[in-house]
Amino acid sequence: MSNANARVAYRNARLLDPASGLDQRGDLLTEGAKIADFGPSLFADGVPEGIEVVDLQGQCLAPGLVDMRVLIGEPGEEEKDTIKSASRAAVAGGITAVVLLPNTDPVTDEVASLEFIARRAREVRLVKVFAYAAATRGTEGNEITEMGLLSRAGAVAFTDGTKAIASAKAMRRALSYARTFDKLIVQHPEEPSLASGGMMNSGERATRLGLVGIPREAEIIMIERDLRLLELSGGRLHFAHVTTGESVDLIRRAKARGLKVTCDTAPHYFALTETDVGDYRTFAKVSPPLRGEMDRRAIVEGLADGTIDAIASDHTPQDQDQKRLPFAQAACGVIGLETLFPLTLELVHKGAMPLLKALACVTVKPAELLGLPLGRIAKGAPADLIAFDLDVPWKVDVAAFKSKSKNSPFEDRPVQGRPLRTVVDGRTVWQFEG
Amino acid sequence: MTGSPHSTTVFPHRHLLGIEGLTAGEITTILDLADGYVEQNRQPSKKSSLLDGRTIVNLFFENSTRTRTSFELAGKRLGADVINMSSDGSSVKKGETLIDTAMTLNAMHLDALVVRHADSGAVKLLADKVNCSVINAGDGHHEHPTQGLLDALAIRRRLGSLDGLIVAICGDILHSRVARSNIHLLNAMGARVRCVAPPTLIPSQIDRLGVEIHHSMATGLKDADVVMMLRLQTERMSGQYVPSTREYFYFYGLDYEKLAVAKPHAVVMHPGPMNRGVEIDSEVADDLKRSMILDQVELGVAVRMAVLDLLTRDRRGTDV
Repeated sequence: MSNANARVAYRNARLLDPASGLDQRGDLLTEGAKIADFGPSLFADGVPEGIEVVDLQGQCLAPGLVDMRVLIGEPGEEEKDTIKSASRAAVAGGITAVVLLPNTDPVTDEVASLEFIARRAREVRLVKVFAYAAATRGTEGNEITEMGLLSRAGAVAFTDGTKAIASAKAMRRALSYARTFDKLIVQHPEEPSLASGGMMNSGERATRLGLVGIPREAEIIMIERDLRLLELSGGRLHFAHVTTGESVDLIRRAKARGLKVTCDTAPHYFALTETDVGDYRTFAKVSPPLRGEMDRRAIVEGLADGTIDAIASDHTPQDQDQKRLPFAQAACGVIGLETLFPLTLELVHKGAMPLLKALACVTVKPAELLGLPLGRIAKGAPADLIAFDLDVPWKVDVAAFKSKSKNSPFEDRPVQGRPLRTVVDGRTVWQFEG
Repeated sequence: MTGSPHSTTVFPHRHLLGIEGLTAGEITTILDLADGYVEQNRQPSKKSSLLDGRTIVNLFFENSTRTRTSFELAGKRLGADVINMSSDGSSVKKGETLIDTAMTLNAMHLDALVVRHADSGAVKLLADKVNCSVINAGDGHHEHPTQGLLDALAIRRRLGSLDGLIVAICGDILHSRVARSNIHLLNAMGARVRCVAPPTLIPSQIDRLGVEIHHSMATGLKDADVVMMLRLQTERMSGQYVPSTREYFYFYGLDYEKLAVAKPHAVVMHPGPMNRGVEIDSEVADDLKRSMILDQVELGVAVRMAVLDLLTRDRRGTDV
């Protein structure tokens, strides 16, 4: 694969492109880092010499996944995950592009931090690595960052990541100022004073376990507030990992009014509920917390009707020292790079969403939200692809995951469908060795 | 919440981590056994050799003189070697995790471990890592099972039975592990449970645990057989959950006037230590006809002896 203009023919594929609605048997040709051509009769006369042939034997070929919410520990907490370990995990999960949150140490709020990430990504050269920059300096919620300079240095959007932009004034300014550069402001929707001290979803289970609850209203109130600010300031607002039915309703109505608002959710919010906390299972401690069954269903409905635009892994590695603690002391978060794809396919296998629609949530939609020219099969588009078996049953085996941290609540979960090959810029960067 | 199955037929649990999950029969077994220990404790010579050579560690990550002393006496009266450890003197301060502590203690071949911790679920986390029996001596806001059991024993001895009684639990329900253990226990034994507190001190959806909620002492205490007062942590008083101790006492502090709507024979309980003049008036607290506060302390030792006896039977090769 050292030849920059190498050509690879992927034959006998089920070609899937959620952007155009393509779902057809055929072949696809990559030339260097681009998709050169594709179609049902591309190689009707056989494959010319000098082209490497990969026979997919009827398996699916789709755009690689774009994961718009990934936290890693580099710099600052490399023991949790590095750009290298997260890249290896990402490609093993069928992900060809990740967008990193700014909550590192130091926070990604300066051009030098973005350059550091870009340099490390070039060295690792597996997955495409993009980064958010902090919306406020140090993610402290007060002064907005140098959004113009940071945009020029590659920041794809602005967010305080795992922290809400709590100050209404700072949020108003961030939304307003980011308009200049047509960048998204991504909010962690949780009113911090209402959620403070909370450990899981407020309700019967929290009461039984004696854990301090976080009311659903902490999320709903923040979304209501920010929608008002969006109307006041203009700009583009995106809510990360929405978890309640009311959140989805609010965003649905705001979209109907024409507001430039979008949102995503994460697999644990449609695949798990607060009951998965069980007897203080810290792997199920996430922020925002897992909700009840009615909310879980509302999230699935929101995905099905398109109110929820995207699915992100919300990959948050935590080492053992952060999770093998009493629930109150344990850190929030689950790893997700290697479960994003099979859990998204769960929606398809359960009949909640058609395949192309589900794929759109993890490919072209997040790419479009962030203005990245990725996530589609088109002539001249980047050759970022996954080949996958849609139906193969397997069990999640966290021990085999590439991420340095193993904090997944999905251990041993039976799933269906897995990536077989991940291609980034025309290079095969990972292959399933079952 | 009681650990994995155990071979003892009448009490098939390895640990006592909570009341939730115990059956009425299992609770009765403990109470019946405790009745016998009450008599033993009233003898001039209180010591038996039942747990001779056994080692019990009281591991307290949170200060509690009365509960720790009660467990210590219970173990010693059964003849066990009892060691007290507190977080101040342990490696926890040096950064050792709870699980490390559990593994270290486990290597010392204990027979029972009594644990108090400020975090809900911490005792369960520890119990999963050790071979000995673990008794929850209070974990965060979750449960304090031996307190629930001693309260039940006190009521049973005074009023004959728990079945059909109206029990009002009053005060800081939100932060109370005693309230949760009592709710599970009283429901299991057929009592009607009311929670009486200002809305700020009532946990979300606690009605789903099978209790009535009252925000007024007048309705909450009406026709009650038992009035259980809970301790208010004074640091939670000002401004956060209730505006002041003065206002709290006015509306929720137990005095004879508020108690007058309860049944004439109604008894008053408090897990201690009391904030006199905050949640309870001294006159009521010291009224030996109504107040069972000292009975609770006495019976606590007997209940803990019964629990230690039952949980170590499998190790001792004894069955009921």
